[in-house]
Amino acid sequence: MATTVLEPTRTASLARRSVIVDWLTTVDHKKIGIMYGAWAFIFFIIGGIEALIIRTQLARPEATLVSPDFYNQLFTMHGTTMIFLAVMPLSAMFFNFFVPLLIGARDVAFPRLNAMSLWVFVLGGLFLNASFLFGTAPNGGWFGYAPLSGRQYSPGPHMDFWVLGLQILGIASLAAGVNFFTTILNMRARGMTLMRMPMFVWTTLITQVLVLLSFPVITVALILLMADRLFGSGFFVTAMGGDPMLWQHLFWVFGHPEVYILILPAFGIISEILPVFSRKPLFGYSAMVFSSAFIAFLGFGVWSHHMFSTGMGPLADSFFSLATMLIAIPTGVKIFNWIGTIWGGSLQFKTPLYFALGFIAMFIMGGLSGVMHAVAPADLQQTDTYFVVAHFHYVLFGGSILALTAGAYYWWPKMFGKMLSERLGKLHFWTTMIGFNLTFFPMHFAGLLGMPRRVYTYPSGLGFDVYNMMATVGAFFLAGSILVFIWNVIVTWRSGERAPADPWNGATLEWTIPSPPPMWNFTDEPVVAGKDPVWTLKREAGTRTLPEPVAGDGRGIHMPGPSWWPLVVSIGILSFFVGFMFDKPWAFPFGPVTIVGFLLTTFGTFKWAYEAPDAHATNH
Amino acid sequence: MAFLRVSWRRHLPLGLLALFLVVFLTGCSPEGYPQSTLSPKGDFAELVDAVFMKTVWWATVIFILVEGALLYAVFKFRGKPDDPEPKQVHGSTVVEIIWTVIPAAVLAFVAVPTVQTIFRTAEIPAESPDGQQPLKVEVIGHQWWWEFRYPELGIITANELHVPVGRTVDLRMKTVDVLHSFWTPQFAGKRDVFPNRETRLWFTAQESGSYPGACAEFCGLQHGKMLFLVVASAPAEFDAWVAQRMQDSVTVAPTPVADSTAAEALPTTLAVDPLVAEGEKLFTAKACAGCHSLKAVGGPAVMVGPNLGGIGSRQMIAAGWMKNTDENLKHWIQNPQEVKEGVLMRGYTLSDAEAEALVAFLRTKQ
Repeated sequence: MATTVLEPTRTASLARRSVIVDWLTTVDHKKIGIMYGAWAFIFFIIGGIEALIIRTQLARPEATLVSPDFYNQLFTMHGTTMIFLAVMPLSAMFFNFFVPLLIGARDVAFPRLNAMSLWVFVLGGLFLNASFLFGTAPNGGWFGYAPLSGRQYSPGPHMDFWVLGLQILGIASLAAGVNFFTTILNMRARGMTLMRMPMFVWTTLITQVLVLLSFPVITVALILLMADRLFGSGFFVTAMGGDPMLWQHLFWVFGHPEVYILILPAFGIISEILPVFSRKPLFGYSAMVFSSAFIAFLGFGVWSHHMFSTGMGPLADSFFSLATMLIAIPTGVKIFNWIGTIWGGSLQFKTPLYFALGFIAMFIMGGLSGVMHAVAPADLQQTDTYFVVAHFHYVLFGGSILALTAGAYYWWPKMFGKMLSERLGKLHFWTTMIGFNLTFFPMHFAGLLGMPRRVYTYPSGLGFDVYNMMATVGAFFLAGSILVFIWNVIVTWRSGERAPADPWNGATLEWTIPSPPPMWNFTDEPVVAGKDPVWTLKREAGTRTLPEPVAGDGRGIHMPGPSWWPLVVSIGILSFFVGFMFDKPWAFPFGPVTIVGFLLTTFGTFKWAYEAPDAHATNH
Repeated sequence: MAFLRVSWRRHLPLGLLALFLVVFLTGCSPEGYPQSTLSPKGDFAELVDAVFMKTVWWATVIFILVEGALLYAVFKFRGKPDDPEPKQVHGSTVVEIIWTVIPAAVLAFVAVPTVQTIFRTAEIPAESPDGQQPLKVEVIGHQWWWEFRYPELGIITANELHVPVGRTVDLRMKTVDVLHSFWTPQFAGKRDVFPNRETRLWFTAQESGSYPGACAEFCGLQHGKMLFLVVASAPAEFDAWVAQRMQDSVTVAPTPVADSTAAEALPTTLAVDPLVAEGEKLFTAKACAGCHSLKAVGGPAVMVGPNLGGIGSRQMIAAGWMKNTDENLKHWIQNPQEVKEGVLMRGYTLSDAEAEALVAFLRTKQ
């Protein structure tokens, strides 16, 4: 591995590097984390704009603001973007920036692989969104059901963008999965046993297990679909003996664990924030660990609850109904333990706590409507209606996004050395809560009253009108709350209060180092003797605030050097897949762009593998 | 400002709750919501509704208890920055067991009726409530309309499923293209249709009326306009509808028939109307007949477009999208791509006069 001994001269030479080159070649988990967050936020805004167009179209019945085809592109890209380009990479931002800090490490296990994950994700996301420039964004739904997603019913490049884009993004997720799994198992500080890890590290670990087990399934499914679309095979084409049900099984064997990939990191963030702002340790730590693991395990046994309406037969329906209901038990345990954590505490009402409490309140509702879907006969009425849309937005926005926002307010001081404004933070919270509930609560009624989802318009006279209008008003209100957040970031950036190392009386290791942390994180590698090590430290010192740590100059600390090869490999991977789409198969199924991509990936990997330590050190 | 902040915190949750209650109560009344899942008009939907409402009540109880505990804790345990450290509690095994077992027990109250309902709805009744055999109907999904076939009666129709009240219908479903999902919320839950296997669904209508339904599985460009109607009518009326289909298909011109109801329904003057005659000619000249059969009975077995037997008396056109008025029908056949972009009906032009003639002709297909 390329390593650099940080000498004072070396640090100075690093500072002279062009800022752009620095960020393009960095392998620092913190910079990578910030870039994950920045790109994910950009994609989140794009997905949000798509949602606003959707809501404007649906505000009134029989509207003609957008064409049916563009509407189908919008909802397909909204789902795909929010899942793969917003919530997952926003979680990845926290994995990247905070897992090494929380376990007392100086970087992740494979820093260059980490950079590659980032760039593959960014390029994949840009590729998917580039489809809009050609007017051919994916239009077959984020779930890409066959045979609609096949060549016969979706000619043109729409679904090619989707198949290839998801394939590219899957590589990023798998690489990150390997990386964080290894990091957490191998790079913990001395004394940090598994059962002393902060809960966010636990849920990250479990999330990586889910990624490593579920993404291969979607990878295979996408390869089959790509073969059907581009090479004329018939895995999902009935006329050729294929079966559309195969796609549904493969997709949901991935798709349901994916739900937990989106929510488990949120659980972890909440489990970090509540104890700090209650000044009380997490209630039932081991129960929280085991319930997370149990949720993940059960997550692999419930995929067919997305398929009750396919008529699988009473035995399968019963099995998947009961398995799904079982998930309510460990999920309930988590909610009760969170309430147990704040119970008897001394609640410090800062913005992170507001969002964390908002998360619990909203997630309970998403969980309860989830149990209603587990009742297979009831699901026959609810599936593919706005009731389901309401349900999973309570889980993914009321759950994941609120928790990620809580995490942003909680960890912002550590990431950027500035305190976000509390006043704007609370305004952000209340506008979010009002906008969110006004948008999504009425959708429960629209769904129960019979409004199917994924329709680009609906007739008047069915009673959907008022609920849709409410949801549209709410959506714009919610968009306003995001503007408040952006305003908060700008104000903080320009004139925010400087953050101390430990602004919240934190319990975990990241609060012992300066804000923002130096490149090498910990000047002295920490040793841990129990859970909440920093509280123990402060209790022993008889104080609530430790003296401000000094970053030092990092002399003698070996850190991995920057590298171009992750970016080169990422471009190779992008080119490899894009080639399948733009090289039209003459005699060969692939053409020059794919070959160039393959060669670039191979060459980049080779150079990467043989990159000498300090290859980029200019002065060593 | 301080006053504002206090009143926000106090009154916002209450205000939201009140708003939701108003919304919920208006949502429960059946009038004005013909596609509602909450006012079942058939046995299948009633079974589903019963288990759903049980779940809703449990969910409401749990919602109030858990959100109540959360709110209580939020207001009770407010602290100040310089408050002493609260008691450091790490957990309690007893409490963990309690809040694992209680939800499990509650779930059992939901799980048992769920499994019972799964098995009850899976089984197609051997006998209708009225003692007859269930009426077999084949449902065939098309992009973007529904075809209905009554194999025992030999009737083919589209977008308007007629069923007798009190007699179970046994639906056997397929698609000719992509997946769709057949959904009439007031009668039954959804069932997807596949190109390579037959799916089944059943229900017994309990009240006569017209009930809207919709395709509920995303099926491409016009998924939003793939609607249909279920017309439930008293057995005698249903028999009259069947007789009309038979009668109508024998010959285009009215002839004396034994069945007096059918004879009354056929206006004897229409065939001599020159506009109708012109329309009939156009139906062939403009190649309508290439895709559409006018015979509900005894026509070609497979046609690309919806069967138009009885189109004149259907309530809706364009797969449930528009009311079947002369004006709408004219607009639809003149501008199909404007009404429903992407439909197969294209490649011809109709002048106003031609369209009016065709409408007049189609209107005779009662």
